[in-house]
Amino acid sequence: MSGNNTFSLKVEELSHRALNAKLREAVANGIQRIELREVYGQRYIGTDLNKPVQIEIYGTPGNDMGAFMNGPSIVVHGNVQDGSGNTMDDGVIVVHGHAGDITGLAARGGKIFIKEDVGYRVGIHMKEYGEKKPLLVIGGTAQDFLGEYMAGGTLVLLGLNLKENEGHKARFIGTGMHGGVIYLRGNVEDFQLGKEVGVVEPDDNDYTVLQSAVGEFASYFDYDAEELLKGKFLKLFPLSSRPYGRLYTH
Amino acid sequence: MKTYIPNKFIVDRDPERCIQCQVCVNQCSFDANYYDAEDDEVKSREENCVGCHRCVVFCPTQALTIRKNPLDYRENFNWRPEVIEDILKQAESGAMILTGMGNDKGYRVYWDHLVLNASQVTNPSIDPLREPMELTTYLGSKPDKVELDSNNLKLKTKLAPQVKLDIPVIFAAMSYGAVSINVHESLARAATEAGTLWNTGEGGLHSKLYKYGANTIVQVASGRFGVHQNYLDAGSIVEIKIGQGAKPGIGGHLPGEKVSSEVSLTRMIPQGTDALSPAPQHDIYSIEDLAQLVYSLKEATNYEKPISVKIAAVHNSAAIASGMVRAGADIIVLDGFRGGTGATPKIIRDNVGIPIELALASVDSRLRAEGIRNRASIVVSGGIRNSGDVAKAIALGADAVYIGTAALVALGCTLCQQCHTGKCAWGICTNNLTLTKRINPDIGSRRLANLLRGWSLELKDILGGMGLNALESLRGNRLSLRGIGLTDTELKILGVKMAGD
Repeated sequence: MSGNNTFSLKVEELSHRALNAKLREAVANGIQRIELREVYGQRYIGTDLNKPVQIEIYGTPGNDMGAFMNGPSIVVHGNVQDGSGNTMDDGVIVVHGHAGDITGLAARGGKIFIKEDVGYRVGIHMKEYGEKKPLLVIGGTAQDFLGEYMAGGTLVLLGLNLKENEGHKARFIGTGMHGGVIYLRGNVEDFQLGKEVGVVEPDDNDYTVLQSAVGEFASYFDYDAEELLKGKFLKLFPLSSRPYGRLYTH
Repeated sequence: MKTYIPNKFIVDRDPERCIQCQVCVNQCSFDANYYDAEDDEVKSREENCVGCHRCVVFCPTQALTIRKNPLDYRENFNWRPEVIEDILKQAESGAMILTGMGNDKGYRVYWDHLVLNASQVTNPSIDPLREPMELTTYLGSKPDKVELDSNNLKLKTKLAPQVKLDIPVIFAAMSYGAVSINVHESLARAATEAGTLWNTGEGGLHSKLYKYGANTIVQVASGRFGVHQNYLDAGSIVEIKIGQGAKPGIGGHLPGEKVSSEVSLTRMIPQGTDALSPAPQHDIYSIEDLAQLVYSLKEATNYEKPISVKIAAVHNSAAIASGMVRAGADIIVLDGFRGGTGATPKIIRDNVGIPIELALASVDSRLRAEGIRNRASIVVSGGIRNSGDVAKAIALGADAVYIGTAALVALGCTLCQQCHTGKCAWGICTNNLTLTKRINPDIGSRRLANLLRGWSLELKDILGGMGLNALESLRGNRLSLRGIGLTDTELKILGVKMAGD
């Protein structure tokens, strides 16, 4: 069942509660690497482990994978469902497939790399403080409300699976954005962007950020980072850190 | 643009008594009192006065009287001065009117139409001075049945996590950011002393208050400010905030000027940016989604803490509450429309939501009818003013109550409704460092603990009068209540008989 420092498990019909109890126990026993096979929708994997353990998942983990996660690195060989990295604090999530809605919701630290597409409301209300900045890189495209109410952190949308001259379809990108930055490769029309968002071409500082983010993305999924960076990028930024200051009187 | 809004208050300064000491000038954070050096005289700018009475209390010679400006327009029941003033404000700003505290309109206060019972002749009342009285309350999910081991008579049933209260009165959620760190510390220390809980609100927990964790409810709201593993581990209950009585369905905007360096560190957002809490939690669009977050938090805290879910009292609260219990909430919190806030659009505060008395009665009835009342504790808030209200709430079916406004009044608040300005002269709802010093946690916690002690003594007297020696016997005991001046429909919803019946 386990090697030296590895704990491996066929998850199959285990409930999320039973599975996560086993993971807590394994980590408490000093296990550093966890391998989960035949994962069929079990939720909350990676929550409450609080150690920098490596978790390899084969199958499809359930909602809220890595919710409130603090430390682990999860690699998923497959797709993930909704809410991965929900309110994540620290650690890494790498998904060799698609991710569902609200990926990275309210993340306050850590990194998330999704190889393919993501669903709706991804990266809503990511935030940052000082050095603590979450990073979310998406290889494919996203649905509506990407980066809504974003308060900090970095979001990169690469659009690698878009056809020539095909733009992103998401609308309301960055609505209510008041912090952080979105880098977008590929085309979007103005009507797809939230009113609180400004658009510029990235400068040298931005490319330093992009090189690091896209470089790490490329290393996980065997892309050539140089090639990816050749694409046309737009930088979306909040026009104000106080977008709703003029709504009220007393 | 010249404002057409007249001043709301008149500052009467008795020249016989005033000694020109300028205490009123220093105390007023709204610049309603000032010193005119040319005339060597303290004067007033009445248009700035908000009627908070800070100057009146601190004037050493009682020279000041604050009176309402009568605004004697031609009498009109519909177009009252407040209505006219609101229209003028909007005509001059083009904005939504923001205000603080809870609904102040003249809707019926049902507590004032409910009376409690007492024992006479047929059963003896109990004197709490000579017999023990039990106010102990446990919050958390209770099992459908308990099993004992027949060999050693120990409990075989595994109980869900429970949190013990010595008095069924908890300090309501008020975030650090809305109120100051000194208010948080006062609440935390008073809760610890009185054996009850306080609630962080949605702005995180300042590092110096982690030591009060055993008496702390940590809140998780749509902005997820300051939510991380240590925070979740620190509290004894984790509360998911869906809504608030003062602004049902509305998110929160903590203005950038209140996001000081300490507030920004605790919330983990940059200093000076608006702290925006979206209206919904974007991972909760259904009861199933709520269950997901409830269990997410149970996983994050290893099933060791009760998970509470708070909603504003609205029309379908009973059905929603049933869903919340089925979603795994161990505690459900109902916040009525008189519940306070640091900032809310006035039109929402005064027109949305329902009274807590009705919401409580209908939720308790519904959960009983469905046979799931034991699965969650009910905590209510929104306008609880005294121990009489507490006793009536318990009799209507609550396990405990939250007090927010009453706690702030204990600290000096006079309900001037300027919370949203960040200028609170009483030093409560502000993060201006000059003003926050006006709350000294040594004194603040004393005042709050005193209040709870007073209520606790009164609750025991109320119970004793009814011939009860444990609060548990009053819980959901609606036969101990009667209604006065209520319609049949109101009596039916409240589940109480008419007085005399």
